[in-house]
Amino acid sequence: MGDIFVLAEHRQGELRDISLEMLTKASELAPKMGGETVAVLIGSGVDSFAEKLAGYCEKVLYIDDPLFADYNSEKYQRVLVELINGYKPELVMIGHTTQGVDLAPALAVEMKMPFVSDVFEIEHVDGKPQPVRQYYQGKVNANFVFKGEAPYLITFREASLEVPDASKQGKVEKIESPLKEDIEYRRFIEYVEAEVGDVDITQSEILVAVGRGVREEKNMAMIEDLAKAINADICGSRAATDAGWLPHDRQVGTSGKTVKPKLYIAIGISGAFQHLAGMKSAKTIVAINKDPDAPIFTVADFAIVDDLFKVVPKMTEKLKELRG
Amino acid sequence: MNIFVCIKRVPDTSEAEVKVDASGKGVDSSKFSFDINDADNYAVEEAVLIKEAKGGTVKVVCAGPQDADVMIRMALAKGCDSAIRIDDPRVNVLDPLKVAKTLAAAIKSQEFDLVLTGCMANDDGAMAVGVALAEELGVPHAAMVKKVEVEDGKIRVQRELEGGISEVVELTLPAVITIQTGINEPRYAPIRGIRQAQKKELKVLKIEDLGLDENEVNEASSLIELQKLYIPEVVSHAEIIEGEPEEKAEIMATKLVKGGLL
Repeated sequence: MGDIFVLAEHRQGELRDISLEMLTKASELAPKMGGETVAVLIGSGVDSFAEKLAGYCEKVLYIDDPLFADYNSEKYQRVLVELINGYKPELVMIGHTTQGVDLAPALAVEMKMPFVSDVFEIEHVDGKPQPVRQYYQGKVNANFVFKGEAPYLITFREASLEVPDASKQGKVEKIESPLKEDIEYRRFIEYVEAEVGDVDITQSEILVAVGRGVREEKNMAMIEDLAKAINADICGSRAATDAGWLPHDRQVGTSGKTVKPKLYIAIGISGAFQHLAGMKSAKTIVAINKDPDAPIFTVADFAIVDDLFKVVPKMTEKLKELRG
Repeated sequence: MNIFVCIKRVPDTSEAEVKVDASGKGVDSSKFSFDINDADNYAVEEAVLIKEAKGGTVKVVCAGPQDADVMIRMALAKGCDSAIRIDDPRVNVLDPLKVAKTLAAAIKSQEFDLVLTGCMANDDGAMAVGVALAEELGVPHAAMVKKVEVEDGKIRVQRELEGGISEVVELTLPAVITIQTGINEPRYAPIRGIRQAQKKELKVLKIEDLGLDENEVNEASSLIELQKLYIPEVVSHAEIIEGEPEEKAEIMATKLVKGGLL
């Protein structure tokens, strides 16, 4: 007991960052729990991932089998049930990613595990891990306690921490897949690559980004005016692309693009963590939003707390004047 | 097809101040405006589109108070056929697994081919109910779906992954899918639909009516417990631009140009 299982995540031949992020958090926590950090890797042709993971944990348990060439929640669930029952970790961490949210809740139900999702911090109180999550798009934090028996299960939010250099030399142990046959009721068919649009916003030097606060499509004229005045490209939050104001390839965030422009002007964007993860590395961030509690201000360099419809046209006018 | 769609009533807190109440375990929601959860609105539209293409019925399921009826009637006005609302404060809504168990109890006594939910609720962001519901119902699932094609006895869906990539997955029916925003363009309810919706069946049930015992879904039965809610300390290094809106605009424009930020 006391061990932490971390489910490594990979796709299309790449180990995903969330894997090392979770191992980093688990390595902080495991000594307090009197256990070790164990990476669980399920895939096909993944020897190099096992080696990389070993730098961040005490042990890598891995299954290398053509059955797992591509992710399939149902197959992963069958395997994890066996491994968790066999090794009895105290805590199981799965990424709060498109993969993890497709897997963890079903695993929790099947194994009757105490489960908290989208955890961004884990404290250790009274000898137990205590997950912290958020409500209302980051406006309220919530501490939970696990009441039931271990093992406990969480999904862990992406980009919640920095990953240091590898410092461990974990033992790598290859195990047989407990699942011997493919399943029929859910099948992976193929990947569909991202749409390619007229502008690649990952290459843009200056971006003007719009969110829900812009309210309706006709207000985009005001945004285009600003963008033109400073030679910026326009991108947006999920709300803006869902509403059809912008094509999908202009979406910034975990499900869209990650951008690192010189200047990012966020207009009417509240800043859900999915969005922040896609733009917080911009060199300079200007945020215009009338809600002073909007999480976008936690990453901003310049904050304008006001009505964007009053600020943006005036700013455009002044920019034109100054730039001649 | 027998289609179910699960919807949730949520507050719009995008521009609202959120305050923790005296209990430390809830928030003061007296000033919030409420409506159907975003992703659930897309799920309703997708359910109606499938019904229009393939025939069948769409039943709405909602666990929530009477105030949710307005939103439920709106889903009925858009083409859903009937609704069940589980009005029972004993269900621990802070635990997505208990909500899933409750919804499953409402669905599994009936014939179902496809169950749709939104992939995420705006208020808790848990992204857990739909996938847990599939496990409770004992059927396959796919989360974060942005395209659905119904075939004979199965469906092909596109799941949204990170970075704009998707994967195509095939599920045998019955199945549960959780719908991502942007999959379609939710319609406005037609006037005729709004009139018809008033006559459609909306059953209000307690957990006992679903064959559940309160010890299966109440707070005491949860394996997790909310200890406290609190407003996070906002750590911002931002320079706050002060003044009237026009002044702020001019100051910021000047900083951008003179500060060499452009």
